[in-house]
Amino acid sequence: MTPPLLELRRLTKSFGGARALRGVDFDLKAGEVHALLGENGAGKSTLIKIVTGAHQPDGGTIMVGGELAEDLTPAAAQALGIACVYQQPALFPDLSVAENIALRLERGGVLRTVGWRARHGCARDLLQRIGAEIDPATEVRSLSMPEQQLVEIACALGSGARIVIMDEPTASLTHKEQHLLFTVVRELRKSGVGVIYISHRLEEIFALADRVTVLRDGESVGTHPVSSMNEAGLIRMMVGREVAQIYPPSESAPGEVVLALRDVGCAASGVRGVTLDVRAGEVVGLAGLVGAGRTELARVLFGLTPADSGEISLNGQRVTLRSPGEAVAQGIAYVPEDRRRHGVVLEMPIAHNMTMAVHGQLFRGAWLRFGAERSLTLDYIRDLAVKCSGPFAPGGSLSGGNQQKVSLARWLATKPKVLILDEPTQGVDVGAKSEIHKIVRRLAKEGLAVLLISSDLPEVIGMSDRIGVMRGGALTAVLPGGADAHAVMAAALGTTERGAA
Amino acid sequence: MSRYFRELSVVGALAVALIAMAVFAPAFFQPQPLLSLATREAPTLVVACGMALVIICRQIDISVGSMFSVVSVCTGILAARGWPLLLVLPIAAGLGAALGALNGALVAGLRLPSIVVTLATMVALRQGLNLVRQGEFVNMPDTVQWFGLPQATGQWVLVICALALLAALGLGLRHLAAGRFVYAVGTDAEAARLAGIRPQLVTFGVFVFIGALTGLAAMMNIVQSPQVQPLSGMGLELKVIAAVVVGGVAISGGRGNLWGAFAGLLLLACVAPALTHLRIEAYWEKAIQGAIILLAVVADGLRERRQA
Repeated sequence: MTPPLLELRRLTKSFGGARALRGVDFDLKAGEVHALLGENGAGKSTLIKIVTGAHQPDGGTIMVGGELAEDLTPAAAQALGIACVYQQPALFPDLSVAENIALRLERGGVLRTVGWRARHGCARDLLQRIGAEIDPATEVRSLSMPEQQLVEIACALGSGARIVIMDEPTASLTHKEQHLLFTVVRELRKSGVGVIYISHRLEEIFALADRVTVLRDGESVGTHPVSSMNEAGLIRMMVGREVAQIYPPSESAPGEVVLALRDVGCAASGVRGVTLDVRAGEVVGLAGLVGAGRTELARVLFGLTPADSGEISLNGQRVTLRSPGEAVAQGIAYVPEDRRRHGVVLEMPIAHNMTMAVHGQLFRGAWLRFGAERSLTLDYIRDLAVKCSGPFAPGGSLSGGNQQKVSLARWLATKPKVLILDEPTQGVDVGAKSEIHKIVRRLAKEGLAVLLISSDLPEVIGMSDRIGVMRGGALTAVLPGGADAHAVMAAALGTTERGAA
Repeated sequence: MSRYFRELSVVGALAVALIAMAVFAPAFFQPQPLLSLATREAPTLVVACGMALVIICRQIDISVGSMFSVVSVCTGILAARGWPLLLVLPIAAGLGAALGALNGALVAGLRLPSIVVTLATMVALRQGLNLVRQGEFVNMPDTVQWFGLPQATGQWVLVICALALLAALGLGLRHLAAGRFVYAVGTDAEAARLAGIRPQLVTFGVFVFIGALTGLAAMMNIVQSPQVQPLSGMGLELKVIAAVVVGGVAISGGRGNLWGAFAGLLLLACVAPALTHLRIEAYWEKAIQGAIILLAVVADGLRERRQA
């Protein structure tokens, strides 16, 4: 029996304190399409990055074609015939298709002579092999997204790849383009290539894959032939666990409707017809997969990408939110995701970070009063238990959880009516996470209307009074707090078999 | 205070240089030549303050030299025709602000890179001026030179005006919310936007501001000599950028202050007279200034690498 193309045994990988992979087994045979499935953060990307050599595993073994591959680097992975087609193709937009392919495939020194005819011929052959009708002389910039993906696949083929990884290749494709891609994938399979196929769309997995492996919390839950599975079974495998962590109980009785959305849409960011009420003292969770439109909705509410249809009302009064400044003035606060980039300015002192959104209120006449700034900062440092060396320590000196508290304090200082939290506990350690949960609960109790975006399913379920589930830019379901994880997942995936358990 | 270590190190270097001069060439400290030096550098200081703001905002303006020349010639003509200086002064600032607004609109409004935009306005203004004036000087009446005051008094007025502007701007940058916005936008424009600050408006503002300051500096220039040369602002942009960078303003934005820029300017400005007094050939001036700039940039680079 021939050894599998790729065999991963007991792979482990940690980032800081977070364990992304806890001993994953995976294998890929020649001529099969093997789907990889899992929630956000289940470890799919980490696994892929290890296979392509971008990350080094902490433990475990990688066998390629039956041989042990140690210290895999991107170049070594390529030499072993591993290629990856990303959702956003990484091509050079100003170079032609042929030049892009040549950059990947041609070997030789910097002073080698370029045979333009051979280069174009080679590109044409590769494109023909996958049935793509693209002129090699075209500039990549003028190609559509799926055409660019086809170029990527041509590169993979040309490099003699035996293992092709496709990371959500259909996320930005139309139905027709999707079919073209499927045909190409089936061709690849026929020619003996092994394809690792990552997608959130279950119907694609049923249409395309031979086997499926489900990852959950960095572990593989199981590998099964697709023919033996149904949607409900897959969802059960993805969710699997109970809400293990203890969340502080909801103590507040929701009051008046503070934020009311009626059919709110924004064509530019793909938010479509969202209707939702958030009451004072209520935590409304927003669940959904990455790209489902949750952050986009938050950005609409904060005036970053203003709504172009529907109505937004605050305390019963219709409002227009065209800029963050207007949103702040109306009492909306947005704690963005990815705080390392845009939530906290790492170079600036904590105090400056905390007062950044309240200059108008704190400093009358625009003259900074350092005493007022200091006392406000000290109040929030005490109130939110920020661990720091002082109010003027730079934001970058804090741990992730404490940075998140500083970001939160900036917005609490504006005395908002509506607080939008976008992934507030992402990359935060367990202790700080539960502290942030308690703070959110307390704020709701004090009468704030909270919109909580989180990809952490237990967190959304445990923290929310109600859970809105988004898919494809629309709000597809509103479930009660403590709802069944399977139901949330099913709504997020958009399957028909809702309430699978 | 490690927070101001960078600024203090420039002040320290300046102090060491001055002490060395006191020991080896005490003649350096004659008051009259020093006052003349200070007067010559007063317009540069005013422009350097504006440049510090622009660079803290993570932009750059290399058109200040050309703006300086244009405003100098235009206001020189008005003053020569007998317009009162008190009227010419706001016109100078306004003309500079208008030219700055052009840069600001292109950079903030169309989101073009400031180095290219101001390169274009630098060339356009310089060539436009040459075309119209054909290199002609403007002869100034005696009533304009030194504001019609005795020379020493006029010099003192200019130096004190420049220092007062520095003090006002330095305090404003630290104590006004607008100053904080400049730092926030220069450090992380997207974070500032998410905090409700309007980065494009701030960016536009700093360009208008440096324009107005350049206009004022041009005004301080035309009262210094009996003639206004159309080439008077040549190379000014490099001089002020060098002063600002030596003074610890990070070219990557978000860091630095006007006091540092002031110290940087003093350090660079002292090189030429110091060489004269030490009887070293004047050809060394640019080389030494270049070495100082290089040293400052290398120090910043090492510091950032240590932090990363």
